[in-house]
Amino acid sequence: MKIVVPVKRVVDYNVKPRVKADNSGVETQGVKMSMNPFDEIAVEEAVRLREKGAASEIVVVTIGVAEAQPVLRTAMAMGADRAILVQTEAALEPLAVAKLLKTIVDRENPGLVIMGKQAIDDDMNATGQILAARLDWPQGTFASAVSVENGRITVTREADGGLETVDLALPAVVTTDLRLNEPRYATMPNIMKAKKKPLETIAADTLGVDLAPRLETVTVIEPPVRKAGIKVASAAELVGKLRDEAKVI
Amino acid sequence: MTTLVLIEAEGASIKKASLSAVAAARVFGAVDVLLVGAEGAQEAARIEGITRVLHADSTPPLAECIAALIADRAAQYDHIVSAATAYGKNILPRAAGLLDVQPITEVIEIIDADTFVRPIYAGNALATVRSRDAIKVLTVRNANFEAAKLGETASAPIESVSAAVEIPDARFVGIALTHSDRPELETARVVISGGRGLKDAENFKLLEPIADRLGAAIGASRAAVDAGFAPNEMQVGQTGKIVAPDLYIAVGLSGAIQHLAGMKDSRVIVAINMDPEAPIFGVADYGLVGDLFEVLPQLQAALEA
Ligand SMILES: Cc1cc2nc3c(=O)[nH]c(=O)nc-3n(C[C@H](O)[C@H](O)[C@H](O)COP(=O)(O)OP(=O)(O)OC[C@H]3O[C@@H](n4cnc5c(N)ncnc54)[C@H](O)[C@@H]3O)c2cc1C
Ligand SMILES: Cc1cc2nc3c(=O)[nH]c(=O)nc-3n(C[C@H](O)[C@H](O)[C@H](O)COP(=O)(O)OP(=O)(O)OC[C@H]3O[C@@H](n4cnc5c(N)ncnc54)[C@H](O)[C@@H]3O)c2cc1C
Repeated sequence: MKIVVPVKRVVDYNVKPRVKADNSGVETQGVKMSMNPFDEIAVEEAVRLREKGAASEIVVVTIGVAEAQPVLRTAMAMGADRAILVQTEAALEPLAVAKLLKTIVDRENPGLVIMGKQAIDDDMNATGQILAARLDWPQGTFASAVSVENGRITVTREADGGLETVDLALPAVVTTDLRLNEPRYATMPNIMKAKKKPLETIAADTLGVDLAPRLETVTVIEPPVRKAGIKVASAAELVGKLRDEAKVI
Repeated sequence: MTTLVLIEAEGASIKKASLSAVAAARVFGAVDVLLVGAEGAQEAARIEGITRVLHADSTPPLAECIAALIADRAAQYDHIVSAATAYGKNILPRAAGLLDVQPITEVIEIIDADTFVRPIYAGNALATVRSRDAIKVLTVRNANFEAAKLGETASAPIESVSAAVEIPDARFVGIALTHSDRPELETARVVISGGRGLKDAENFKLLEPIADRLGAAIGASRAAVDAGFAPNEMQVGQTGKIVAPDLYIAVGLSGAIQHLAGMKDSRVIVAINMDPEAPIFGVADYGLVGDLFEVLPQLQAALEA
């Protein structure tokens, strides 16, 4: 079975995002970029499925600028076999991303797509669900455990009130939650090997997909800042303040 | 203009987050609610300000089925809304995909019928976006909208609905609900959360008597959940639950931006941490620097005094 793993290059999670002065978006120039943490979990899970013999090939895909290539190399250093960059300068919305991913899935014919549940920049939490809808495949979102057997996948999902289990026919789309696994670090020899693995570039506008945005960003602003309050010296003083000053207990 | 709101029941009662979604949707005009599952229709019919209840009593609780059901009826609506809970976030983007619509998730403010505010980058920026889609598909954060009220009597008519479409092969196996007598985390008036500083699952229970005393829900940082001190559905943050209670008490957690994203809109924040430099103090109204293992028993005593 082949697994396709879409990965996104995002502002590193350790960086404190800054809103641009013209309120058109968040500054991404000169900022450390990395693979979306949920996508690292997706790559790791694909590699583990291959190690268990449930998968034979792992193809990672990103949609973005040429500078996104290092993210693909990282995924290959973690164990993916080859990579596809669908190149575009446009900031695409999940609907367009899902449509582009569908063209890749149609071409690659995988048994499984594993991807992050959300990208930590736009926090949309939508691309996997949209892709599943457009493929007419079942979906197992917010996965904290998966197991593949006899052409089906069992997915344990982080639901509102506890853990939910669904059993899906393959092919299917799975989106990863934080508890699915702890991604490995790429070792130096694997980083070297990854440099030689195949990376194909496809121009997004050759795929016959309508990429026109459906959303117009009116403004992006900083949220109101919350100021630090006071320090209290004891639990008794704290309770007094909460009762008499804040009146919340 | 009519809006379809996907609501959710727990047993026979409608979840509070769903009632907030209904209230948010009412600014668009008339509201139909869609309820999937055997129970809850009677209470749904009591929601004030709705036109009717569409009850899909035999539809399985699967995104594949529910999204198909929504897409099937979408032509009659110009907005499709649900709460931004794991339930809504699983289903609505799929429905949007079927409808060729770009969903707008985690909405915190409705400016007009096409324009919405949503946080991005773990709440470090607020984006105002205008949708050009004919149908708007939204999930809304319940913390930002008052809940719709329940009337005395079931006044909205209940109509039975089902989907007439083939769905992909998916089976619902089950759900292991974590039972708790405490209020729901997302709608509780008081939340007390613990982090890695509690050191182990046994110590995490130190929060319980205080939660009982305050009628609080218990939350956790990701580090506490990853380490197994608390179940995953207790995680507060960018990738967990978003809460905005009147009072949020953070115990032995540092206040990473991903955690702050889930609680910084709380009305009053208390931080208990032994590191005076911990970022949580930067957002706390009341900070108490000290060893939580000493402070928690004192806090309990002070609350009982
Ligand atoms: C309102 C709005 C404002 C925007 N503003 C900006 C901006 O200021 N600057 C800017 O650069 N962009 C902007 N974008 C584009 C944005 O960065 C995202 O590319 C797009 O919205 C996808 O959303 P997401 O990443 O949150 O999707 P999610 O649904 O959260 O992503 C889930 C998963 O989908 C996969 N995935 C998502 N995108 C890709 C991709 N490109 N390639 C491969 N896999 C992918 C990953 O596996 C990811 O984990 C904006 C988009 C919107 C909707
Ligand atoms: C993609 C991604 C998503 C994430 N999503 C979330 C999320 O949704 N929610 C979330 O919470 N995190 C999230 N995180 C993780 C986040 O970055 C932090 O790692 C996490 O919040 C830290 O948890 P903590 O504060 O409990 O632990 P730590 O940062 O280790 O803090 C422990 C604190 O306890 C204090 N302490 C220790 N002992 C005592 C004592 N005896 N008395 C008093 N204080 C004590 C210490 O001073 C310290 O400040 C995410 C990370 C990533 C990369």
